[in-house]
Amino acid sequence: MASSSRTADDTEIVFRAQALTKVYRMGEVEVHALRGIDLELPRGEFVVLLGPSGSGKSTLLNILGGLDTPTSGQVICGGRNLVAAGERELTEFRRHLVGFVFQFYNLIPSLTARENVAIVTEIARDPMPPEDALTLVGLAERLDHFPSQLSGGEQQRVAIARAIAKRPAVLLCDEPTGALDSQTGVVVLEVLERINREFGTTTVVITHNADIARMADRVIHLGDGRISTIERNPDKRPARELSW
Amino acid sequence: MTALHRKVWRELWQLRSQALAIAVVIAGGVATLLMSLSTLEALQQTRRAFYRDYRFTEVFAELKRAPEELGAALAALPGVQQLETRVVAAARLEIPDFTDPATGLLISLPDGRNPELNRLFLRRGRLPAADRDREVVISESFAEAHHLQPGDGLAAVINGRRQRLTVTGIALSPEHVYQIKPGDLFPDAKRYGILWLNRSPLAAAYDMDGAFNSVVLTLARDAREGDVIAALDRLLAPYGGTGAIGRADQVSHSYLEAEFQQLETMARVFPTIFLGVAAFLLHVVLARLIATQREQIAILKAFGYSRFQVSLHYTQLVLLMTGLGLALGAVGGFWLGRVLSELYADFFRFPWLDYRLLPSHLALGSLITIGAALLGTFGALRQAYRLPPAEAMRPEPPARYRPTLVERLGLQRHLAQPSRMILRHLERRPVKSLLAILGIAFACGILMVGNFQQGAVRHMLAVQFDLAQRYDLAVTFTEPTSRRVLHELAALPGVQAVEPQRQAPVLLRHGHRTFRTGLQGLVRGGDLRRVLDEQFEVLDPPRQGLVLTDFLAELLAVQPGDTLSVEVLEGRRRRTSVVVEGLVREYVGVGAYMDIEALNRLLGEGPAVTGALLALDPEQRPAVVAALNRSPRVAGITDRLAAILSFDETMARTVLTFAFISTLLAGSIAFGVVYNSARIALSERSRELASLRVLGFSRAEISYILLGELALLTALGIPCGFLVGRGLCWYLTVGLRSDFYRVPLVLESSTYAFAAVVVMASALLSGWIVRRRLHRLDLVAVLKTRE
Repeated sequence: MASSSRTADDTEIVFRAQALTKVYRMGEVEVHALRGIDLELPRGEFVVLLGPSGSGKSTLLNILGGLDTPTSGQVICGGRNLVAAGERELTEFRRHLVGFVFQFYNLIPSLTARENVAIVTEIARDPMPPEDALTLVGLAERLDHFPSQLSGGEQQRVAIARAIAKRPAVLLCDEPTGALDSQTGVVVLEVLERINREFGTTTVVITHNADIARMADRVIHLGDGRISTIERNPDKRPARELSW
Repeated sequence: MTALHRKVWRELWQLRSQALAIAVVIAGGVATLLMSLSTLEALQQTRRAFYRDYRFTEVFAELKRAPEELGAALAALPGVQQLETRVVAAARLEIPDFTDPATGLLISLPDGRNPELNRLFLRRGRLPAADRDREVVISESFAEAHHLQPGDGLAAVINGRRQRLTVTGIALSPEHVYQIKPGDLFPDAKRYGILWLNRSPLAAAYDMDGAFNSVVLTLARDAREGDVIAALDRLLAPYGGTGAIGRADQVSHSYLEAEFQQLETMARVFPTIFLGVAAFLLHVVLARLIATQREQIAILKAFGYSRFQVSLHYTQLVLLMTGLGLALGAVGGFWLGRVLSELYADFFRFPWLDYRLLPSHLALGSLITIGAALLGTFGALRQAYRLPPAEAMRPEPPARYRPTLVERLGLQRHLAQPSRMILRHLERRPVKSLLAILGIAFACGILMVGNFQQGAVRHMLAVQFDLAQRYDLAVTFTEPTSRRVLHELAALPGVQAVEPQRQAPVLLRHGHRTFRTGLQGLVRGGDLRRVLDEQFEVLDPPRQGLVLTDFLAELLAVQPGDTLSVEVLEGRRRRTSVVVEGLVREYVGVGAYMDIEALNRLLGEGPAVTGALLALDPEQRPAVVAALNRSPRVAGITDRLAAILSFDETMARTVLTFAFISTLLAGSIAFGVVYNSARIALSERSRELASLRVLGFSRAEISYILLGELALLTALGIPCGFLVGRGLCWYLTVGLRSDFYRVPLVLESSTYAFAAVVVMASALLSGWIVRRRLHRLDLVAVLKTRE
């Protein structure tokens, strides 16, 4: 019984990280970004990773997304150990399973909103049309605008459309509202909320903004490369009620 | 079109000015490569066909006179496939409305028909009819120079007898693709022509009835040229044979060979430089692009593009720029090739010229160009390939700077802060700075090559005509003559000085090395024909022994003090040993010189002369030429002034064309290097410079930081360029060394100045363009963007 229930649990778990550490060099300085992280993310959950800057949030997100490899430890996703995966496997993993949203949007300036989404759908397995993705984030009218012609909030929504258009299993967002004002930030969070709800996409949002934690299923506090506390949110609020 | 492809095109458009600057440099390389290859192919292809179809012979022999019966014996020699005897004579020509002395080479045709060997290609008209004594076919270049048409008349003084001739045709011969009078520096179609006429009248005029004085032959399949020449020389020696030669020593053929060699050199050297510079520029631009697109690369990888796809994306950008250069270069190369071929068609007379751009050359050019581009950008592309996606998301760590050499030497107190920034920036990327300097240096060097030939040839002319050959007219006699003739010449009104000339064909031998040349007798203390030592000081011929042209000494591997075996190839055919007393510096021809008295003793023929050198009163020149023209003993007259003038004319056309093209190409290199360095510097440092502006620096002050760097690169590049240019010119002169002439490595100060000025002008132009961008720098926007 015990073993079968664990198997049932496993299918629910999208990510399982064990004893993750990460040390990297930046210029001439050695940075201990992660000092032993254990974490499990169930399917469909909306998780907020909260922590001050330098706490290792982004590093953790990069490792979960297959952008970076840990110095030691394991990351299991869908039965695959990402740490042991080669470059080709990681590329496949990112291509089909993960959607990224970054603080500075990181759109490609030489491509229009539609093309910025198309660049991802063109290589995905079963994507939605770029126009649909942009409609989902409320940008149906701005398909052919270049990033320089869009506001910060609009750019971030293009970035979200780009991330979800491939119908990823997990959406990883690194300070998605960090560069936006409160009002615009809420619009972006509403989009994330809707995606999570409608598509059941596991969503991880990292932020140092404690207010955003109010919309999460679970809040993980990170400090100095370690998880300090994990709390379930008993009173999950819709994004539109947030402000900071 | 995929989104990634759109990105490539849009970014190419953004980089258009830099891409175009690079494409022009690539085009320069491709164009010079295709130009040389296509011209070489055209000339070689045409020559091969002309030689084959018109049966160009493989061995040539001249002799004094042999009975026709000997021809059969010669034809029966082992190794001879086919042989023809003929009569060849030099003649003075009289052309209507042309008073300058002109010389013709008269070659016999079998009466009324084309010869079997060295057949004529008739451009117009017809061959002389069998029974017509006065009909003649003339060479095309000569006909063009004098606008002679079939039906026109001219006169030839053969063996002292004046004969009126009528032109019946205009022809070309594989034997005379390049028509140059022996001893001349450049062809002069006005004063030297080839004439073909029936053998019977020519033999009659030249005392060659039932005899011949020239043999041409083709070799049997497995025959060895050396063996046939040796056998031929043995049989012809009793008849005054001056030694048979193979194609390698035949004037027209060897000039062509030398020219082909030069084209091959050109196909190697110039494209290498251009493509090297282009590879460097591509590297610089792409490395910068990849540095500024770190985040985009990260994004692409984060969204599941593979490392290969990402580097392929940037490779496409490189290939597009390269492709643009290739396309421009192919068009340019085709055009330049045509120009060059037409230029060659003036020098080399082929009946036709098959000029076309071969697909194989285009393929080769593309392969080399793309190879160079990928080699140059390999490092940058690898960077894009390797950049880990998470690493790319972080801003680049601050560049590492350190105190420069100047500062480590404790000289910084002499430098203001902006100057220190310039030096540190240059020293931080020593390889890049060095390559930029090298690029500028090569531009400067190529500019020097373009102008070097003109200066060098001017120097050759000055040495040849002001110091060595100072006579106005050189007269050759039909045969060795008594010295009394000198007094007769001196008595002509207008003749200011006369000096005797004695020349004999000889074979010089040192160990296993031999060389055939004319041994010239000079008057000690003479003023009209002098020889010069290494320092261009006049060298009096020694009373004993001989002096050699330095190039000939090299060929024979002799030094002053060594003994040479001298075999006279005429008269009593004496063979003696002579000591080499010294070396002579000469740029034209390969000569050996002796005191005229010593030469006469060596020949054992008493005090005879074969020619005379005259100094004239310029006013009386036409009268003297006319008097000489009437003299039956005069075989030919060479006009020194005319030689210089015709040379200048030829020079003006060819050299200026080359100089123009190379200036254009080198200017594009200089501009490409400086402009791209400037744009990259601007892109790398706009944030820094904007910060300085915010801190209160003026536009002029930040311009100084940016443009000062370029000025320093240019200032360092130019002197290096002088060295590079000297090296390239040296390489060219080595390639150009031949029996005919050696181009000296003489670089006039104007050559240096011109190169430096063009490089500086290109630098100023690109500096000006970048400065305009610098002035438009949007301070707020620049500072807001994340590096």
